[in-house]
Amino acid sequence: MSTVTLTYREASRAGIRHALATDERVFLMGEDVGAYGGAFAVSMSLLEEFGPERVRNTPLSESAFVGAGIGAALNGMRPIVEVMTINFSLLALDQIVNNAATLRYMSGGQLSVPLVVRMATGAGRQLAAQHAHSLEVWYAHIPGVRALAPATPEDARGMLLAALDDPDPVFIFEHATLYPLEGELEETPHAVDIDHAAVRRGGDDVTLVTYGGSLGKCLQAAETLAADGIDAEVIDLRTLRPLDTETILASLAKTHRLVIVDEGWKTGSLAAEVSAQIMERGFDLLDWPVRRVCTAEVPIPYAKHLEEAALPSTERIVHAVKEMAF
Amino acid sequence: MADFVMPALGADMSAGTLLEWLKQPGDRVEKGEIVAVVHTDKADVEVEVFTSGVLEEVFVEPGTEVPVGTVLARIREDGASPTEVARSAAPGAGKPSSTPVEEPRLLISPSARQLARELGVDPATIRGSGPGGRIQRKDVEAAARARAGAPAAAEAAASPTGAATTPAPPAPPSAPTADRQAAMRRAIAASMSRSKREIPHFYLGQTIDMSKAVAWLQQENLRRPVTERLLSGALFIKAVALALREVPELNAVWEGEELVTRQDINVGVAIALRGGGLVAPAIHRTDELSLDELMHALRDLVSRARSFSLRASELSDPTITVTSLGERGVESVFGVIFPPQVAIVGFGTLVERPWISEGQVLPCPVVHASLSADHRVTDGHRAAAFLSTIDRHLQEPEEL
Repeated sequence: MSTVTLTYREASRAGIRHALATDERVFLMGEDVGAYGGAFAVSMSLLEEFGPERVRNTPLSESAFVGAGIGAALNGMRPIVEVMTINFSLLALDQIVNNAATLRYMSGGQLSVPLVVRMATGAGRQLAAQHAHSLEVWYAHIPGVRALAPATPEDARGMLLAALDDPDPVFIFEHATLYPLEGELEETPHAVDIDHAAVRRGGDDVTLVTYGGSLGKCLQAAETLAADGIDAEVIDLRTLRPLDTETILASLAKTHRLVIVDEGWKTGSLAAEVSAQIMERGFDLLDWPVRRVCTAEVPIPYAKHLEEAALPSTERIVHAVKEMAF
Repeated sequence: MADFVMPALGADMSAGTLLEWLKQPGDRVEKGEIVAVVHTDKADVEVEVFTSGVLEEVFVEPGTEVPVGTVLARIREDGASPTEVARSAAPGAGKPSSTPVEEPRLLISPSARQLARELGVDPATIRGSGPGGRIQRKDVEAAARARAGAPAAAEAAASPTGAATTPAPPAPPSAPTADRQAAMRRAIAASMSRSKREIPHFYLGQTIDMSKAVAWLQQENLRRPVTERLLSGALFIKAVALALREVPELNAVWEGEELVTRQDINVGVAIALRGGGLVAPAIHRTDELSLDELMHALRDLVSRARSFSLRASELSDPTITVTSLGERGVESVFGVIFPPQVAIVGFGTLVERPWISEGQVLPCPVVHASLSADHRVTDGHRAAAFLSTIDRHLQEPEEL
């Protein structure tokens, strides 16, 4: 099996390219995805390769072009809609909650919306409070959609292809700091499993559950902890809805300690949901109260040192683990 | 709040089946009252509570098999009861407090609680290492390890493999007799194998002149109704109990590499069951009972043993065992010690033998008494003193 080294950005592009090349129902649309190559340069060069029919610039109206994507999906197309950032996607929430997520139910199964929406999420690049929030939990709240958070180049490519096979709306949250991240992938693009979390590092002493942009911080924290003799298992949730609680429970049965690392705000966060599910299903496994490392409850600051202070960091993760007496 | 747990009804019990609740949530229970019936490999046992209060909640349904130590129910203690208040009042204060005394809540992580149940460790006995003394898994594991180092402790599930987690499967509650027999056989096998594996037995025997005892018995029984006649067995048991006062190291259990002598003398009586198998329940404070009381206790024990309705404490409390095969005509019996006890006394049949006394050979009723003792805790000299003390007591039957 031959492999290829790609950045997260290139991997995402490779997924889109593969879909455009192999399925004529697929097209990409969004703000500046054409000649400009997209706000995060994911769609660079795709316009030249596939032409303006299949790589379409849209007006500055998230509600309009997400709605157009829903319409296209309803009519048999497989649209990939790119929204610049998750903060902007809120303009499309009406289309998403009231149409994309509901039409299968409201039509008694006669309609389906095989729509894929990609968007950048997360902070860490000094883009301040209107471009840097982690609101993916809001999407994970909605029945009728699937929410994915690729944390590796392999998942950035493979999850897009799996999402296109899904008959219902799928949202892919690409953490903005991950685009330059390199990884080794199989040369041939293929869909990956989007039902299960992945154990990214095995360990016996504590379980770190995370996703997306915080995975790297957790793996780094695990290395620091290992130097102190604490063996952390790191679970990448991958799919935020539906949550794969089984994988967490299996890990907890071994470690009995859980720290959830989530770049969202703590109140009403995905970490809160994971914690609640563990209370409901894994209470007897716990040897220590569940701990959460989340973003400070402030709009993401612009100043570099404040932004860093607000976000989960390797140090905060290590500290949260070490507070648990071993 | 007090937890009512599945008791260890014998050294080799690791699990039991709750057969029946005799009390329902909301009922009042008194210390010593029987609240449940538990099925073990050996018998169906009535289990009493050690706390007075109100049965608050029941956690285990009838028919469920659970490991020893599992919390079966919770009892709300009456903290404001007169005795409790008196005990908890500040020493010397002289005036009883009217505030109910609440037991401090046990701080234990859910996982540690679960593990303690599985391992049959009582959390109340564990020291917690977490914040505020919260018990963590590692504390339970340490407690279980400490206990495992004490092979003779009452908890030890000495299945032949020695694995506490793989007890012989006990028979279900409605098990047919054959299953019950098989289960009992396994329990006996485990206990006896452990005994011979761990206890360095030594044996002494002594033939005891019973002429005075037999004469006294005949005279006593003349003035008693048939149903209240004394048997020689009662004399043997009482003589053993009194002799233990003088050789207290045999009234003991071997716990964690050391001898723990017991204050109360609770003689266990080996009772053969119809269809095979045996149990050896305790007669509590045997030395303090009159012969009539002892006889009554003995009859009661035999009948309840044979109907499989012994009480928990009767199975767990013996401090020594007496076995007698007299009714079968056997002259000598050298028993195998029931762990964690350290001695077993055997009596053969009462027979007439030629006996030389003051240079004359006379027919004389005699009994052969034997002692199997644990050489870790005693030796031949003390054991011999014990046997001769039994002899001495049997020469003064009116004092028994």
